[in-house]
Amino acid sequence: MNQTHNIYIYLIVMALVSFAIRVTPITLLRKQIKSRFLRSFLYYVPYVTLALMTVPAMITATRSPISGAAALIVGIIASWLGSGLFPVAVLCCLTVFLTELLIL
Amino acid sequence: MPPNNTLPSSRRAVFRSGIQAGIPIGLGYFAVSFSLGIAAKDVGLSPLQGFLLSALGNASAGEYAVLTLIAANATYLELALMTLIANARYLLMSCALSQRMAPDLPLRHRLLVGFYITDELFAIAIARPGNLDPFYSYGAISVAAPCWAIGTALGVIAGNSLPPALASAFSVAIYGMFLAIIIPAARGDRAVALLVLVSFAASAICSALPILNAIPKGTQTILLTVLIAAAGAILFPIQENAEGETEATTS
Repeated sequence: MNQTHNIYIYLIVMALVSFAIRVTPITLLRKQIKSRFLRSFLYYVPYVTLALMTVPAMITATRSPISGAAALIVGIIASWLGSGLFPVAVLCCLTVFLTELLIL
Repeated sequence: MPPNNTLPSSRRAVFRSGIQAGIPIGLGYFAVSFSLGIAAKDVGLSPLQGFLLSALGNASAGEYAVLTLIAANATYLELALMTLIANARYLLMSCALSQRMAPDLPLRHRLLVGFYITDELFAIAIARPGNLDPFYSYGAISVAAPCWAIGTALGVIAGNSLPPALASAFSVAIYGMFLAIIIPAARGDRAVALLVLVSFAASAICSALPILNAIPKGTQTILLTVLIAAAGAILFPIQENAEGETEATTS
């Protein structure tokens, strides 16, 4: 797709919004958020966003959907068993590499 | 709440222990930001733009979302909205940190600590007892932040020369990290598990169905996030325990 926007303006917009999000509560807030709905919503947002961005993107990012799907399964199992961010990331990369050695 | 720093602690010692905590975080950041840099290269960012993306964004998911929107030639408003949604969890973390700040902590410390809220830096800051010591955070930041920004720039540079087999393998690193955040949470909380499954399914359906997949990817993510998280908040409102941490009623 043709890029008709300025990447530096994109980056400035991102910087301003993410700075405001992070800094506003820590500088202004002296009390807990009271709305139970809002607290629950904020609690669930990260997991939902990350899940939406992982599937199906992980399967289509690799050279073959089979290696992407294999990495997804390995990643889910490894994190279920308690592996941290870095080990899971490495395991997923290895899975793709080895699967593609076999099938491509 | 125990009193803050009953021992006269030197700032330098606290800073140094922050550096120690920051080293493993920085190593992890380097690997993940490297793969983020490869994605940034695919979208057309220069090494400097990749560096700025990470130096200013400080968020894997948030920056990745920004890249997908740049790729889709989204409007600046869409990008602002997506940044808001993808980084919404930092709002919650910032709220949590605000409860642990010494009331007389100067504004400049609040601004700096706030700017560098990430999942990992938040976790180590909140794990220390008593009031938050900004110099501990600065120690960790001084290692982790350069790894994050430089890793992204190097990823952009290497993206040109990486063999296809390695590029394909590295491309899933970021998703592996996402899984390592959502799956343990889903394991410990049935409501999160259900919402994650619904999100997987909804996202897959939206990119497969002809009419739905015409909606831009970023807009899809915003709409589905608000919809699914709001449904979760209505169906499974969280309860609060004594420490002020949040937990779902179903767990």
